[in-house]
Amino acid sequence: MSLKALNIPTIDFVGKRIYAVILSTILIALSIFSLTINGLKLGIDFTGGTLIEVGYQHSADLSEVRTTLAESGFNGANVQYFGSTNEILIRLEPQTISSAKLSTKIIRLLGDDVDIRRVEFVGPKVGEELTNDGGLAMLYALIGILIYVAFRFEYRFALGSISALIHDVIITLGFFSLFEFEFDLTVLAAILAVIGYSLNDTIVVFDRIRENFLSTRHVDPAKIINGALNQTLSRTIMTSLTTLLVLLALFFLGGEIIHGFAMALLIGVLIGTYSSVYVASSVILAMGITKEDMLPSEKEKQEIDTRP
Amino acid sequence: MNQFSALKNTLIAFFLLLSALYALPNVFGSDLAVQISAAGDAAVVESDLDKVKTILDEQKLSYKSIELVGRRVLARFEDNKSQLSAKEVLKQKMGRNYVTALNLAPSIPSWLSSLGGKAMSLGLDLRGGVHFLLEVDMQAVANSSLDKSYNELRTLLRQERLYKSIKKEGDTLLVHFKTPAAKVSGLGLIKSELSDLLVLDVAHKDDLFVSIGISDSALAEAKSHALKQNITTLRNRVNELGVAEPIIQQQGLERIVVQLPGVQDTARAKEILGAVATLEFRLVDEKNDPQTAIQSGRAPIGSKLYYFRDGRPLLLKTRVIATGENITGAASGVDSENAAPMVNITLDSAGGRAMLDTTKRYLHHRMAVVFIENKVETVLENGKLVKNRSKTQDIINAATIQGTFSSRFQITGIDSAREARNLSLLLRAGSLSAPIEIIEERTIGPSLGADNIAQGVMSVIVGFILVLIFMALRYRVFGLVANIALTLNLVMIVAVLSLLQATLTLPGIAGIVLTVGMAVDANVLVFERIKEELGSNSNIQKAIAAGYDKAMLTIADANITTLIAALVLFSFGTGPIKGFAITLSIGIVTSMFTAIIVSRAIINKIYGGKKLEEISI
Repeated sequence: MSLKALNIPTIDFVGKRIYAVILSTILIALSIFSLTINGLKLGIDFTGGTLIEVGYQHSADLSEVRTTLAESGFNGANVQYFGSTNEILIRLEPQTISSAKLSTKIIRLLGDDVDIRRVEFVGPKVGEELTNDGGLAMLYALIGILIYVAFRFEYRFALGSISALIHDVIITLGFFSLFEFEFDLTVLAAILAVIGYSLNDTIVVFDRIRENFLSTRHVDPAKIINGALNQTLSRTIMTSLTTLLVLLALFFLGGEIIHGFAMALLIGVLIGTYSSVYVASSVILAMGITKEDMLPSEKEKQEIDTRP
Repeated sequence: MNQFSALKNTLIAFFLLLSALYALPNVFGSDLAVQISAAGDAAVVESDLDKVKTILDEQKLSYKSIELVGRRVLARFEDNKSQLSAKEVLKQKMGRNYVTALNLAPSIPSWLSSLGGKAMSLGLDLRGGVHFLLEVDMQAVANSSLDKSYNELRTLLRQERLYKSIKKEGDTLLVHFKTPAAKVSGLGLIKSELSDLLVLDVAHKDDLFVSIGISDSALAEAKSHALKQNITTLRNRVNELGVAEPIIQQQGLERIVVQLPGVQDTARAKEILGAVATLEFRLVDEKNDPQTAIQSGRAPIGSKLYYFRDGRPLLLKTRVIATGENITGAASGVDSENAAPMVNITLDSAGGRAMLDTTKRYLHHRMAVVFIENKVETVLENGKLVKNRSKTQDIINAATIQGTFSSRFQITGIDSAREARNLSLLLRAGSLSAPIEIIEERTIGPSLGADNIAQGVMSVIVGFILVLIFMALRYRVFGLVANIALTLNLVMIVAVLSLLQATLTLPGIAGIVLTVGMAVDANVLVFERIKEELGSNSNIQKAIAAGYDKAMLTIADANITTLIAALVLFSFGTGPIKGFAITLSIGIVTSMFTAIIVSRAIINKIYGGKKLEEISI
């Protein structure tokens, strides 16, 4: 590209933030509503229970399998195709007797010509622990990030980025709740990765906002923030696109087990990109960030003075 | 301007070469192999190697190679059929002091493995296998140490005839002393002789009741001992099953993780691992009628009522002749007369003596074999988790003693050959000191493992190529440089994973895929910054330098926050989440190196120190 052709877009993000506020409010309200009414469709990692995936040489007959299981007293078994009609997934809610032996019994019932692809049994106690640990992990990740950002920037930035993260997590969870996608351990991991990713995006914008506060004579925070958003826009889009590309590859080619994981990341990256442009910066603007807040400490000042 | 020193360039090249070298072992496939290792702690030696060779040669089984690797002998085979038959033959001929197992051995050239080159270790979800989380029933441990203390206390106080009665009350023992003086001397004795016990209350001086508990340290000791002993027993059982590279580890204070790669018959593995089975040999009480005992609801003194598996009752003497503890050897077989499954038992010297005495004295009496199994199951009752303990005691056989015997004999009356095999295995491996319960199981069949690898690799490749195309289109020459950096990043991730021998799982592959998408971010940041600088700065060289410098801090900040999330994932996550966190963390760190330093070095080589009119970005 030639030197002159470079032009930074001048989109008025800040001026239009009222629409973003409305959109985010609607999405969050919808998510919280769905999470309260529907809850999450928790996988056996959290509820405990038994899951068996078997493969047949030919197309499997679901009703036949259901009858076989029902005849032996497994009435609560949920039987469905998984991936193709040659594979079925059998799920058992934690029953009064929940033990690793249930799967053995079921496998015997299905006969010898099936290929046992996967058996998962999670005892009720383990499920409870995983749920607690998962919640704690999310909390600790948020706290760790809050501290780092407050230390590197300023408390308002920390609050801005945390608001964006909570925004992203709630909406992603809301999506899983609304569409009743299963929420298992891998989805939890994906949501924690979304926290990392979305923050990555937010930090890049914040870095630029800080830099612009220090390097220009503008004092209008709205203008400075808008400038920073525009300057980082092409990077934001590029990185989101490359990440979305690989996630699409994972979603379509990674197989059934990784499906929920890829889906959570796809949604999270989309929401995270949006939130780093609209949510995080709106929060710091609303909290009244000014040039004075950005005045560097003595050491940093020297560094800036020596810049060409 | 924009030139690295020769030293810096050499260092970068050195690191990259090193990475390539240690990533290399993953290129070579793996061989079907049979591994032979010593049971217990012993290591195999040269002579074992020769023995294996001789056995295979005798059987005319062709093999690719046989070598001594670490503590095991590895025999590699061309095909599945010879591998399987070799395993059977070796298992039989090498005897019980060796563990024979199927394995996949990476076929890395010797020069590479001598440099420490190893292939990545694949998780159970990629190679197939079983993961169990077992919980030891610690309440049972507490109960049995209370029993032990009860006996010790009784013996101690009985010598001086100090007590009227001793009762178990919950987790404590309630002693009723004869006199206040007896109480004083009794408590003194307990203090000096039984240090594990704790006197809980001595409220009234004239009160003759004292409750006594087990000290916390003694209880903790008993629990940790039970856990360790169970781990040893499980290890023996796994060795009996013949599994290559099993993992048996303590997790927390009362749990044990068992991972068995490549195990196909998971039902058997479950039966074997969880079983708390032992045998008791008792004489039959011929004088009394079991029916009377059933009707009166109480067995005659010195006898106890037992049932056969089919429900027939029988009275057995309470005195035990020998138990599973006395068994040193057990092998399943078939009775030559009626083709019934049976187990050949060998007893230790104490058991042998007791058996000899009994069979001499009670010739033509009947002796019964009682099969005892302790089970524990967690049950959901009214929304609460309750542990259900049950003990089954079945007579599997009651036969007339036809002649005297001591340490070697057979037991029959077993339902099936499978049960005979399992029973003999359990008796050999020793019993568990406390019942255990499987509280989590994750089994991945071999076919799904293979699918997972194929799909995982496919999505890495496709995602990677898409990003390559996208970057090249958008940033031209700089894009190609970023692509080289990205490729090197993949190589480095593989090298670090191989060197650390961190386990690669399917979520781990997802972590790599995500890293591929995110790793270019650093380059995107730099390139966009260079573009901006080109707008305001007329000197192209300065613009490139400023682009790298100014983007630097942003990249570091952004990556550190992602790293925080990854580390939290690592410390909180179990299995699948940990795998994801590992590759994500490694990917973040290596991408900083490749995207900032390596890409800069290449850009410098292309553009550095030249007078430029235009660059292709």
